[in-house]
Amino acid sequence: MGIEEKAADLGVVTTSLEHVVNWGRTNAMWPLLFGLACCAIEMMGAQSANYDLSRFGMEINRASPRQADLMIVAGRVSRKMAPVVRRLYDQMSDPKWVIAMGDCAACGGIFNNYAIVQGVDEVVPVDVYVAGCPPRPEALIDGIMMLHAKVQREKISGVKEAPITLQHALLQVDVAKK
Amino acid sequence: MDNQTLLKHLRDRFGDAILATDEAHGELRVNLRREAYVAVAQWLRDDPALRYTFLENLCAVDYLGRTPRFEVVVHLVSMQHIHRVCLKLGLPEADPTLDSLTPIFPTANYQEREAFDLMGIRFTGHPSLTRILLPDDWVGHPQRKDHPLVEEEIAFTFNQDRIYAQKPFAKE
Ligand code: SF4
Repeated sequence: MGIEEKAADLGVVTTSLEHVVNWGRTNAMWPLLFGLACCAIEMMGAQSANYDLSRFGMEINRASPRQADLMIVAGRVSRKMAPVVRRLYDQMSDPKWVIAMGDCAACGGIFNNYAIVQGVDEVVPVDVYVAGCPPRPEALIDGIMMLHAKVQREKISGVKEAPITLQHALLQVDVAKK
Repeated sequence: MDNQTLLKHLRDRFGDAILATDEAHGELRVNLRREAYVAVAQWLRDDPALRYTFLENLCAVDYLGRTPRFEVVVHLVSMQHIHRVCLKLGLPEADPTLDSLTPIFPTANYQEREAFDLMGIRFTGHPSLTRILLPDDWVGHPQRKDHPLVEEEIAFTFNQDRIYAQKPFAKE
């Protein structure tokens, strides 16, 4: 109303800083380049031409944790690998998010034994869990869209929300809705 | 070389070290006294008529409830005679120690470390008997049959609240 329309006519858009910052974060989210097991194949599939993750501004996987802000834990984390995953997470600069991709990363999956960490949430704080063994690329993209929606809701105070669990895969999320 | 010839050689040389022998899948298996183990392996390797120069495999088995409980299984191959022999060594639960084969067969190094790591067999004379697969601070030997099979109770909707209350979730 009123001022917004007038301002737009002048080539000016008014918005809140929170919205702009969150918009920027969602649309240039760089995942960390690492895959731990079979789920990583589906993650690569999601990034390749058929599924084309670059539609969402995340075609570049950063090989350095300093440049990444999203960690997709794709696969099972062994107890020996767990300190490494935590170290990578600690080296990522804030703000940072974690997606636990697949049953293994979410809860240990079929590997309920001594060698595998029973859910990567024991090692790093997880934002979105994506179920499946492995989740299809669509499911991973759905999880990423969920994370985008979550980032859109983030407050400038930096207070984080509780984790989101994807129970119905391929749920439609309207990211644009704030 | 065939099984009977090899067995005859072994009986002539180490008759009192052999506890039992049998044949399975065309392969000779010899149960040995552990005191004679390294001497037998060395002789099998060095005797010009035998030349079992390749240690194909060394692993440990847990026969829980049997005495002796553990068994170390070694396969030696003679490339010259195209023949394989299997040595078995029973180890009691109270004292699962065995002389190391590493000084004779360097390839035994990692395989003995694996048997130590996962099964708790102690190889005396091994140059560095440390864990190879598990983290260094691990307690126990998880491939033993009395090690709990399941690591964590599985969460369903009816018990997830209790389980998640105890689960060590990571902090920021
Ligand atoms: S969830 Fe399935 S596909 Fe993914 S890492 Fe585990 S076993 Fe592999």
